Amino acid sequence: MLSHSLRRLRRHLVTAAGLFTLAYLILPNIVVMWFSFNKPKGRFNITWQKFSLDAWKDPCGVADMCGSLSLSLQIAVWATIGSTVLGTMIAFALVRYRFRARGAINSLIFLPMAMPEVVMAASLLTLFLNMGAQLGFWTILIAHIMFCLSFVVTAVKARVMSMDPRLEEAARDLYAGPVQTFLRVTLPIAAPGIAAGALLAFALSFDDFIITNFNAGSTVTFPMYVWGSAQRGTPVQINVIGTTMFVIAVLVVLGGQLVSSRRKNSTSH
Amino acid sequence: MTLTDAPPASRTEPAVRKRPVRKRLVPYWLLIPGIIWLLVFFALPMVYQASTSVQTGSLEDGFRVTWHFRTYLDALTGYYPQFIRSLLYAGTATGLCLLLGYPLSYLIAFKAGRWRNLVLILVIAPFFTSFLIRTLAWKTILADGGPVVGVLNTLHILDVTSWLGWTEGSRVLATPMAVVCGLTYNFLPFMILPLYTSLERIDGRLHEAAGDLYATPATTFRKVTFPLSMPGVVSGTLLTFIPAAGDYVNAELLGSTDTKMVGSVIQSQFLRVLDYPTAAALSFILMAVVLIMVTVYIRRAGTEDLV
Repeated sequence: MLSHSLRRLRRHLVTAAGLFTLAYLILPNIVVMWFSFNKPKGRFNITWQKFSLDAWKDPCGVADMCGSLSLSLQIAVWATIGSTVLGTMIAFALVRYRFRARGAINSLIFLPMAMPEVVMAASLLTLFLNMGAQLGFWTILIAHIMFCLSFVVTAVKARVMSMDPRLEEAARDLYAGPVQTFLRVTLPIAAPGIAAGALLAFALSFDDFIITNFNAGSTVTFPMYVWGSAQRGTPVQINVIGTTMFVIAVLVVLGGQLVSSRRKNSTSH
Repeated sequence: MTLTDAPPASRTEPAVRKRPVRKRLVPYWLLIPGIIWLLVFFALPMVYQASTSVQTGSLEDGFRVTWHFRTYLDALTGYYPQFIRSLLYAGTATGLCLLLGYPLSYLIAFKAGRWRNLVLILVIAPFFTSFLIRTLAWKTILADGGPVVGVLNTLHILDVTSWLGWTEGSRVLATPMAVVCGLTYNFLPFMILPLYTSLERIDGRLHEAAGDLYATPATTFRKVTFPLSMPGVVSGTLLTFIPAAGDYVNAELLGSTDTKMVGSVIQSQFLRVLDYPTAAALSFILMAVVLIMVTVYIRRAGTEDLV
């Protein structure tokens, strides 16, 4: 009897441990959501007081928050475009061509991912200080493109590497020119990898605090606003924005899943 | 696996030379913009930082390169507690990430079945709420008198952890335990995703074969599953340890002045004290320590290809 239940326990131990980890990962998100309906006493939204929809009715009701949010969105969009274009080009060159300095370039791509963020942030600041650059929008954007680039290269490379070269050969055999082959065959096949890289770049840029903190000067992005609010007082609206971001992300990922599974179904028929 | 644009026949030297120059330059045109970006905004800053670390002077009179290596010694002797704390916290958080992340990755790879995509989404989605907001939420979760502290108190766990110096009395917030909890939480997805990728690649028939050869589930795990998941373990460990060692957000938001990590020191030296040489030296020491540890670890774990 005992050994039987012990065996059952052991069989379910992995599942139980896994679900515990999942709960650990999601718990803060639930707290953020739950406290977006709080009516806090004092400056900090940390202890539960009273249910209220005030923050949801007036999400931009606190000074400067939505300004920082729109600034972060703008930077994230430009950083995504910049790093995706540059990164995709590098990924194609690395997978499709043999040339000298390939090893060196691979390490140059890998190093930013293997470097503590403070080190990158601090070194970039010494460069900007030495050049006498004005810290702000442009220095943030430059920094974001720099650290997103490696992640885009890695994501696109993985996809291009698993591409069947015979598809492009087939296109050429059917008299497609190089441009036509690239636009009609190569790009559509590589698109999921490019999209994954772009999504990753957007998330990384939008959420970055450490590198931005060093290179922003007096410009305030959304993560910097949240950081400041941890000292000054956290408005409930921060939780509203956090919840909205979470919901949008889940919808986008679910939508992506739906599209890819539909496509799989339609090709198998 | 990797492809070349040239057909196999043209691999010999003369044939390669025959290819038009314009075409041979294509990879370079593709590489130049991105590589220049990385050289100017990643590599060059490292050089500037190296030169800053051996400068002396003040903000008013300006800094000049004097090859003053004492800065490194002073930085080390002045801030070694923060260094040791950073490595200790990051190491503990990495260990906890592996412990917590492995069962979940295993669950997704082998047991989730049709729930697999949903669980994966639940792992990735928290990412999209700003990590600062989520870290602040831990303040609520670990608050004095909150449910977590209550449960730990009832189970007398806090007595043990306080005796070990991880917590203080009946508090969790503003103690090392809170900081490690935040670090573990923040970097857990970086452990789970590579682990999941390498577990998913394992052929399920290997498990069956091990079972057929009378291996118990524990032996199968020890001799088959775990060794085959090593690439994921290695890259997961690196992806959690490196950023955790340089992090200062968790230490600032969830800790106290006694839990400051080296990142906080670098940040305040750079942005508040404006002692650039010390800050640059500290940052260089952190980089060197991390790179050395990573190299040794990769050598010992035996996985060279990471990306």
